[in-house]
Amino acid sequence: MFKCSIDSINSIFEKLASNATLYLPADKDGRAEYTKWENGTEWSDALNTVKSPKDFFFPQVQDLMKFKVSGKSISVDDIRKESEDFIVFGVRACDVRSFDILDRVFLVEPYDSYYASSREHGVIISVACTRPTETCFCKTFGIDCTNPGGDISVWKTEDSLYWQANTEKGEKLLSSLGLEECDESAVEAQKESTKKILDKLPLANLTTDGFGGGKTKELFDRPEWKSLSESCLGCGTCTFVCPTCQCYDVKDFNTGNEIIRFRCWDSCMYSDFTKMAHGNNRISQVERFRQRFMHKLVYYPENNDGIFGCVGCGRCLAKCPISMNIAKVMRTMGGNEE
Amino acid sequence: MNMIKEPLIPVVAEITDVRIDTPDIKTFRVVTPDGKKAFDHMPGQCAMLSIPGVGEAMFSITSSPTNTEYMEFSIKKCGCVTDWLHQAEVGQQITIRGPYGKPFPVDDAFVGKNLLFVAGGVGLAPLRSVINYCRHYRERYGTIDIVYGSRSKDDLLQYKEIIEEWSTDEGVNVHLTIDREQEGWDGHVGFVPNYVKELGFDTDKTAVLCGPPIMIKFTLDGLQALGFKKTQVYTTLELKMKCAIGKCGRCNVGSKYVCKDGPVFRFDELDELPSEY
Amino acid sequence: MQKITRNALIEKAASLLENGSVCAVLGWRKGEFDYDVTPSVFTTTEDLNAEFVWNDFCGANFSKYLIQKTRKAEGKLLVFLKPCDTYSFNQLLTEHRFDREKVYVVGIPCEGMADINKVREAVGDGISEIECGEKIAVSTIYSDEKILIDPKDVLAERCINCKSKKHVAFDELLGEDGDVIENARFDEVAKLEAMTPDERFAFWQNELSRCIRCNACRDVCPACTCEKCVFDNPKSGVENKAPANEFEEKMFHIIRAFHVAGRCTDCGECSRVCPQHIPLHLLNRKFIKDINEFYGDYQAGAEVGSRAPLVNYTEGDLEPSEAFERRGE
Repeated sequence: MFKCSIDSINSIFEKLASNATLYLPADKDGRAEYTKWENGTEWSDALNTVKSPKDFFFPQVQDLMKFKVSGKSISVDDIRKESEDFIVFGVRACDVRSFDILDRVFLVEPYDSYYASSREHGVIISVACTRPTETCFCKTFGIDCTNPGGDISVWKTEDSLYWQANTEKGEKLLSSLGLEECDESAVEAQKESTKKILDKLPLANLTTDGFGGGKTKELFDRPEWKSLSESCLGCGTCTFVCPTCQCYDVKDFNTGNEIIRFRCWDSCMYSDFTKMAHGNNRISQVERFRQRFMHKLVYYPENNDGIFGCVGCGRCLAKCPISMNIAKVMRTMGGNEE
Repeated sequence: MNMIKEPLIPVVAEITDVRIDTPDIKTFRVVTPDGKKAFDHMPGQCAMLSIPGVGEAMFSITSSPTNTEYMEFSIKKCGCVTDWLHQAEVGQQITIRGPYGKPFPVDDAFVGKNLLFVAGGVGLAPLRSVINYCRHYRERYGTIDIVYGSRSKDDLLQYKEIIEEWSTDEGVNVHLTIDREQEGWDGHVGFVPNYVKELGFDTDKTAVLCGPPIMIKFTLDGLQALGFKKTQVYTTLELKMKCAIGKCGRCNVGSKYVCKDGPVFRFDELDELPSEY
Repeated sequence: MQKITRNALIEKAASLLENGSVCAVLGWRKGEFDYDVTPSVFTTTEDLNAEFVWNDFCGANFSKYLIQKTRKAEGKLLVFLKPCDTYSFNQLLTEHRFDREKVYVVGIPCEGMADINKVREAVGDGISEIECGEKIAVSTIYSDEKILIDPKDVLAERCINCKSKKHVAFDELLGEDGDVIENARFDEVAKLEAMTPDERFAFWQNELSRCIRCNACRDVCPACTCEKCVFDNPKSGVENKAPANEFEEKMFHIIRAFHVAGRCTDCGECSRVCPQHIPLHLLNRKFIKDINEFYGDYQAGAEVGSRAPLVNYTEGDLEPSEAFERRGE
């Protein structure tokens, strides 16, 4: 483990940014968002960003290819570029897990080359949480926010930052920073105090009992779906702030002299998500609502060794216009530890 | 650039023949601009066809893999992409990528079996690929029965091929039906599920169904009444698809993605899925 | 704190349910915390007693839900409406969006709703309990001390600029009715108008650049009641789930503001639900201010059946050139 004083953080950011683009959470208009670091950019104290860091690997809008059409002829232009090296600093443990979840979608055959390239060139520096808030429930999914993972883990105390590399990529980067070696006692003490807060969280007793692979038959026809979804607006807020939602649409945009085929985030909550020329297999909001939660809590774990498709970051809890969310779904359909 | 192949990027293809099959179905012959088949496939697999600026959609490949020269797609006019294709002429370029999905088990479960194909309307399109494959490797399979029905005589897809080639094959029995009486038609009249029941097939067959959901439902009921088990009946599903590689989430039903885990399913497998397909 | 109590609301709802006057009650259901209430339908007294909520966090406007809920209801639906909600209610009736006979409106006075984001800012997150009274008492998971907040300090923006404590529609009132209020809601618009076009463009560019096109503003808006929105319809040619470029990003909000112009009651739901805190109400307020200035004061929803200036031709109407001349002011 390595250590530096908190006062030296800007010089470290400068070093990190010298060989790669550095992004970190910074406050803008009263909210934290991942921002490109430039001299003077202040690292935010906020627990987390409004939008998740999935944008770095799976941006909301991404051009895929271009076409030129002339008469009856078409040419396809592969506009892909190898991603440049970049570093994302300040990622919380929940969001680090979200990358594993996305990897299991985009990095299985056939690989998604757009995602793969940014994943290969991105370095994740996570930061341990010290002040989890009432909407947090990462522990429900076995995530330890005091041990956040990624390529490098960082712990922040009153006056110092403690660094530990977890991967080869991380080691290479960390050794280039020239930090002083230290023992883990300060970090251990901080973990203990954070764990005391974790035990007090209102969602601390939320469990995944009753969910997971193989539960489709049991859960799909439960009557509670109707009441849970009764006031769902069918908007995409939960989906778009979610670090693990990965459904997308592919669209063409005619600029006038060429056609750009791009993909953009899509939401299973939207009425036309499954609409095709001759019908729609989910015509009501209750079906669409159910799909989102069944996917995260049953279908995804069924296909991915029991790993759930939610990380407990709490963004949807804070942002849903009608305050309906996965925690309420889990409470209603199971998931209570008495 | 040293990047892995991107499955979402298609290749250019050219329409070399357009055949008007029915008032709303045309069959398109497609090759690459240098005159070759774009890729190899197995019966039941699909391809994404697109017209830049209009959209991309999934279609079953109706030609048999044994056709090494070109691919064919029988397409019903019913949406943005299909409307556009229906006004396309020979020489028009489009884009193609594939093949996608799990094919019919023509090289394992079907081998040595008597086969029963039941299709309604444009549902013959995916079955034509497997029927012609099985006709090509005739010695591998037992008898072949084909029940095919449509609204009218004019709505029967590949009528010429059915009459001139399939009906004349030894060991292949073709049973055609249309929904309502029509002048010049002296064949069977009635809905497909009823005709299947009337024909009363032995349960020694492996059946494949494709057509409108209502036809599939009643045909399956009929076959079960005849003693067929769900493990010997197959179908092919169609859902909204965008990526065709199991990532975009459109065709997700239960833990399956129809584009990669399907479109071919056996009915006992479908029983494991939630009923929203 | 709210003048009318939760018990009074439950009592009213329960008595109407029990005597069969209504078959269901549209109210706020208890959430996981003390502030995350969900609009919901109650059909039994037990359910009301267990989960009905009325406190400073009951901001959701139920008017739009009536379109869908009355279609399914077998009898009358009781709906609790705050004064500002009644304007949306009237506007929807003006547009014939639901059957008035299927609704029983209980008007309830409102002392203004709290903005949970302001509460969060005041206490620094980690809210474990909130008690709404004279003061809002907040307990957090970080300390044993309760933090007392003056409700006035955490009022939602739309409530700071409350336009009316008067119910413009009801079958029955609980508590006392108030008056239409002098307010400063156009001050922010005036600030925008005072900017140079470049400054104003930069302001909206910055605000709208945060838009994630989740459509929450549209989906919650009581004026957005098209069965199929043009932005959801592939055949419209403008259907899009994400902006293909910066222009499209603004286009969505501008088109929406135009479409609700003259019908927007300024209920403020769009800004309340925006996950990115874009002050969308300012776009609509600009239209309201312009309409007031060009055609005389008009409040959408103040009465049922009124003809909005934009759909009502009079000889004295402003000429397009006069509006055009204002450009760049």
